[in-house]
Amino acid sequence: MNVIKSLTQNKVAMVGFGILFMFVVIALFGPYLYDGSPWRMVQRPFLPPFQNSNYILGTDTLGRDVLAGLIYGARISLLVGLVSTTIALLIGIPLGAYAGYYGGWVDELLMRFTEIFQTVPSFALAVVLVAIFEPSVYSITGAIAIVSWPPVARLVRGEFLSLRGQEYVLAAKLNGQSNRNIIMREILPNSLSPIIVLASLMVASAILLESSLSFLGLGDPEIMSWGYMIGAAKTVIRQAWWLSFIPGVAIAITVLSLNLLGEGLNEALNPKLSGNRES
Amino acid sequence: MSVQTLLYIGGRLVKGAAVLLVIAIFNFFLIRMAPGDPAQVLAGEAGATDAIFLQQLREQFGLDQPLYYQLWIYVSNLMQFDMGITYRQQMPVFDLIMERMPATLLLTGAAFFLSLLLGILAGVVAAAKHRRWPDSVITVAALIFYATPLFWLAMMAALFFSVYLEWLPSFGMQTVGENLTGWQKISDIGLHLILPASTLGLFFTAVYARMTRTSMIETSRLDFVKTAKAKGMKPSRVTTHHVLRNALLPVVTLAGLQAGQLIGGAVLTETVFAWPGIGRLMFEALFQRDYNLLLGVFFVSSAMVVLFNLITDVIYCVVDPRIELSK
Repeated sequence: MNVIKSLTQNKVAMVGFGILFMFVVIALFGPYLYDGSPWRMVQRPFLPPFQNSNYILGTDTLGRDVLAGLIYGARISLLVGLVSTTIALLIGIPLGAYAGYYGGWVDELLMRFTEIFQTVPSFALAVVLVAIFEPSVYSITGAIAIVSWPPVARLVRGEFLSLRGQEYVLAAKLNGQSNRNIIMREILPNSLSPIIVLASLMVASAILLESSLSFLGLGDPEIMSWGYMIGAAKTVIRQAWWLSFIPGVAIAITVLSLNLLGEGLNEALNPKLSGNRES
Repeated sequence: MSVQTLLYIGGRLVKGAAVLLVIAIFNFFLIRMAPGDPAQVLAGEAGATDAIFLQQLREQFGLDQPLYYQLWIYVSNLMQFDMGITYRQQMPVFDLIMERMPATLLLTGAAFFLSLLLGILAGVVAAAKHRRWPDSVITVAALIFYATPLFWLAMMAALFFSVYLEWLPSFGMQTVGENLTGWQKISDIGLHLILPASTLGLFFTAVYARMTRTSMIETSRLDFVKTAKAKGMKPSRVTTHHVLRNALLPVVTLAGLQAGQLIGGAVLTETVFAWPGIGRLMFEALFQRDYNLLLGVFFVSSAMVVLFNLITDVIYCVVDPRIELSK
């Protein structure tokens, strides 16, 4: 409970949480509350923002409602961010746990494998994977997960390496507990806090990656996303700068709120490590 | 150089080669998963290729042979820099990539040094003015740039500095239609370089600024700094000679490790600014559905990262002998 208390007292983290909460509400309920499809042509093209009260943020190059696009875009950004991070954790945690717990050749093998993924330029790998498997929500989420798991594996390995010699782990071993039990019930719960912090930052970078992929034209053709909106407005930036400006602000605010929350979590969960930060 | 150092460098070489081999094998299987017949993929573009040419390619790449043999041919071709040809340009993939390579090296190199320089400078200022307004401004700016999508920042920079202020060019690498030579050519390229390099480097500037700041604050609390202050050394000299020197090591180490990621960012920056490098080539390959070219660029950019990591490793081991040689 200490953690929640220290988190709620952290103003910056709470601002981040508030903004993020707003985006989650928009993503969940927006499409039901706001009547409008992001694909239907509703008005003349290039309608500037704040001119027509029905379409507050104006229309894009094809006369589609920009606000509707933003609302549906929030959905896909958060969904891809959350799911790809979950998959990355499901890959990274077991790999790191086995490497750190068993050490020796298991560690050597798994870490060499991880290093290859860390060497390859991750954005280029994501581009190649999405292009080869054809752009869809599934390929995008999968590709982001594949390029984001290595830091998880390294972090978990480090935690396990330092915790496996602790007395409570040795006690569990003497007790005759199985390795699986020790990994799952003894060590993992004790290494959760850095994993939670990393995960919140990973959702942020996954959202950035998703937007970059759809900007390059590798978005799911069925789904409106912020990156796609910016990419589609790229060629008309001289006539209608707001078309690329508005979705970019949405991305930046979402990512910023996640980063602020992540830092707040870090301070709340690892008070010793962040002792030199400003109050 | 000692035997130990040479062994270390040798070990790194073997490791780099092993990584490239794994990526080559990975590429081989990806080509087979791309939509369409592998021969057509190797020919560059799915669909419109004549049958005789496809047959030649099948034989050249041994597509009628068993899989392990195909893999062997693919990898050994790759080792001889043969990556097939592109359909549009009718050019060997490798030659096309090498033609675009200098532009990317210039862009990423400039972005790397710019971000390192600006990031360290900002971090030092923020740490020196800890908890006063310059610290807050730099910290907030770093947070914002850390969260902004690179391609969007690039577009906004082009809009502001090029369209609105008309200060800088935002398209290509040289002014079209003017055959400049000598210094004029260099300054023309330099002007075109400013926007792409600074936007590409901005994210890393934010990263390095935050790291330098933390590292400086941590180091300034160590005992040897207290001693230097206690013996009456000038504060500015303590900062530059004692704190900065020691605080920089983790920052530079991280910078060396992350330099490879600049190549990924170059895909976005080069696309926005029409910079004629391999990142732009990757975008063109996507657009033309030229999977072979796409994978070629992927392989070469990975090779660049491996090479760069190798160079930084060697430099470190020469510059700072304390770095562990065992691994």
